[in-house]
Amino acid sequence: MSATPQRESGHQQSLDALDRRLLDEFQRDFPFEPHPFAAIAGRLGIAEASVIARLERLQAADLISRIGSVIAPHRAGWSTLAAMRVPEARLDDVAALVNSFKEVNHNYEREHAFNLWFVVTAASRAQGEAVLRAIEAATGIAVMSLPLEEAFRIDLGFALTWD
Amino acid sequence: MGLSAAEKELLAAMQDGLPLVPAPYAAIAARLGCSEDEVLRRLDAMARDGTIRRFGVIVRHRALGYRANAMVVWDVPDTHVGEAGRRLAVLPFVTLCYRRPRRPPAWRYNLFTMIHGRDRATVETQVEEAAQAAGIGEAAREIVFSRRCFKQRGARYGAG
Repeated sequence: MSATPQRESGHQQSLDALDRRLLDEFQRDFPFEPHPFAAIAGRLGIAEASVIARLERLQAADLISRIGSVIAPHRAGWSTLAAMRVPEARLDDVAALVNSFKEVNHNYEREHAFNLWFVVTAASRAQGEAVLRAIEAATGIAVMSLPLEEAFRIDLGFALTWD
Repeated sequence: MGLSAAEKELLAAMQDGLPLVPAPYAAIAARLGCSEDEVLRRLDAMARDGTIRRFGVIVRHRALGYRANAMVVWDVPDTHVGEAGRRLAVLPFVTLCYRRPRRPPAWRYNLFTMIHGRDRATVETQVEEAAQAAGIGEAAREIVFSRRCFKQRGARYGAG
């Protein structure tokens, strides 16, 4: 079992002005109407089919994760940020094990003694903690759990700047 | 403050993103066996009551050239952490700002901010700017850069 890290090739050179506007201007307040891509097309002055084709291309190039929602923390159950100190030689295997849980939605290697950081989101606290215990049992490595206590800012999108 | 069964079902049907077809909400409705109007009404209600914080294009920062993904952690006295968090939250380059528990002795930091930058030098400058803006220049802090992304996707809410 091995994890596949996300590619980091520089796609942004091949993006034209319309691609950039699609990436930049529709991170929030996406149209809730029957034909949202037609509404976007109207704003950009292009055809609906071009909007769809461009979004397909941006998604295929892995520049867009999805068009979807960011849910307020704790509205949808329980979540925590978890961290582990994993020996370098075991990192790929442990990361793949962590990824295999459907409750894990983010998982990063970071430059720290705690070198593996992941987010667990579950329907209940019991279910989320069971995932943490299962990871500890499978790896023999302690999991430090840091559940949210107060949110001062939640992901509201990201203003892109272009070179 | 939990989600209703109908809301969970809707989020689960949309967890891989809106399909890229001319009438995507109708496609979601077909999966759920309800009407397009019902899907639009539920989404609108969830956006208005704050359950959905944002709905739209979710970009991959790293693929777009934002290679310096920094989790900046701060050890701020409990009496000041609320004020510091609120001041950090309004900075344009801070995408997330959360208070989390300390876990001594392994972990002393109680305030977490995420900063995405094109390079490390920019992020380091922004962290110093943030420290001054929030009045926490004296607080112990670490900039914890990411090295590899193993997984990034939306949470799965369908699981019972």
